[in-house]
Amino acid sequence: MHVFTDPKNFDAYLSGFLWILKLTGASAVCALVLGVLLAAMRVSPVPVLRGFGAAWVNIFRNTPLTLVIFFCYFGLFVTLGLTLSDDLFRNIYWLGVVGLSTYTAAFVCEAVRSGINTVPTGQAEAARAIGLSFAQTLRIVVLPQAARAVIAPFGSILIALCKNATIVGTIGLAESSTIMKDLINFNGDAVIPIFLVFAGTFAAVLIPTGYFFGWLANRLAVKR
Amino acid sequence: MDDVATGEPLIVLDSVNKWFGPLHVLDDVSLSVGRGEVVVVIGPSGSGKSTLCRTINRLEPINSGTITFDGQELPAEGKALAKLRSEVGMVFQSFNLFAHKTILENVTLGPVKVRREKPAAARERGLALLDRVGIANQAGKFPAQLSGGQQQRAAIARALAMQPKAMLFDEPTSALDPEMVGEVLDVMTSLARDGMTMVVVTHEMGFARHAANRVIFMADGKLVEDAAPAEFFANPRSERAKDFLSKILTH
Ligand SMILES: Nc1ncnc2c1ncn2[C@@H]1O[C@H](COP(=O)(O)OP(=O)(O)O)[C@@H](O)[C@H]1O
Ligand SMILES: [Mg+2]
Repeated sequence: MHVFTDPKNFDAYLSGFLWILKLTGASAVCALVLGVLLAAMRVSPVPVLRGFGAAWVNIFRNTPLTLVIFFCYFGLFVTLGLTLSDDLFRNIYWLGVVGLSTYTAAFVCEAVRSGINTVPTGQAEAARAIGLSFAQTLRIVVLPQAARAVIAPFGSILIALCKNATIVGTIGLAESSTIMKDLINFNGDAVIPIFLVFAGTFAAVLIPTGYFFGWLANRLAVKR
Repeated sequence: MDDVATGEPLIVLDSVNKWFGPLHVLDDVSLSVGRGEVVVVIGPSGSGKSTLCRTINRLEPINSGTITFDGQELPAEGKALAKLRSEVGMVFQSFNLFAHKTILENVTLGPVKVRREKPAAARERGLALLDRVGIANQAGKFPAQLSGGQQQRAAIARALAMQPKAMLFDEPTSALDPEMVGEVLDVMTSLARDGMTMVVVTHEMGFARHAANRVIFMADGKLVEDAAPAEFFANPRSERAKDFLSKILTH
């Protein structure tokens, strides 16, 4: 454990993990908003919107995340000049959030859509029959019931997102996996302990996250 | 009951056709329902009764012909359609109460969100309606906690809360245990007495005899007979109707 008693290494370990948490938090919020909008498009009566939602899902769900992140860096930033912050690392961070969000939104969309499918069609029909608009039907009747069915899959998506956030290391952000690689490079004698500490940190955060979502899903299940 | 309403009819279907793919579910259906009239629709399964009912508030669009409600052709979409639907109450076979809302919330949702009533006023009226259908003491429960008969009465209260000009019932008692059919029919009978315009798909012949002004018999998407209940049950004119009645009246 001598590696982590060095304050410099310990700080690097902490800051790497902090980047992961920030990437996860920001991307989760963006992916949630975007994913719900995409799902609304996919169930809307407007063909153009349905097509747009379907295209988004098919493109991002079937593209490796590494490619999406590379595109954000080399395509959006290097080629098209999209700069999201003057600070070098902040800029990479935000490019990472863009990539993670657009990618994860595809999975959120599909989870929400299958959640919507668990709501019996009679619920939406009854809502329309009392004169609620499409948006009201979705917002007041369908989504709140779908939300309960979506909590468990959201847990899995969030866990995957947190682990996927390490890919932003490939475009130059000093997040956990990059820090781990550096520490291993300089401490060849402690590869296994270093690995265990990093893996253990992810597990320590993600295992309770999984249990929490499972518990919440049970608690909020709709009785029919 | 022979007090058939006079004046301009409330619901008019003129040569309505509808297909589901190759299936001709409504075949040149023309029908008019007067204000305060109670029309019972019967016919074999698959004859298009539900579809007919659902076209009247445009839950199903039609392919040709016209449907007029209260002097206006049904709007195709948007705000106008939502407004029309708010004026036509609908009661489904499977109740379709909002599962995540309490019974009272089910009843007040439309008035508050569609009719823009004040929540307190909607609540008061909602409770009065629940009282009218005999389930005021269930107001705070969720649908799954109620019996089928209670749920269906709540669904009727939800529709009434919109102060509709007409009510559509699609087999409202078919999903109920036999001992609960009566409580729902009682509510419907009292609505009919109070002058509500009603289109009721049902196989409850007692209700048809006592509460309906007219009985309509459908087969294969066609409107085959349209007669006063007494006449229809005593002398059905078509073979299809005779055959159908002999089947349902024997058990
Ligand atoms: N959404 C639909 N898509 C395709 N066919 C349908 C749909 N709804 C009903 N049908 C068909 O239309 C016919 C009439 O159905 P319906 O109006 O429900 O009859 P009923 O209520 O008299 O039993 C049936 O053959 C049914 O299978
Ligand atoms: Mg039916």
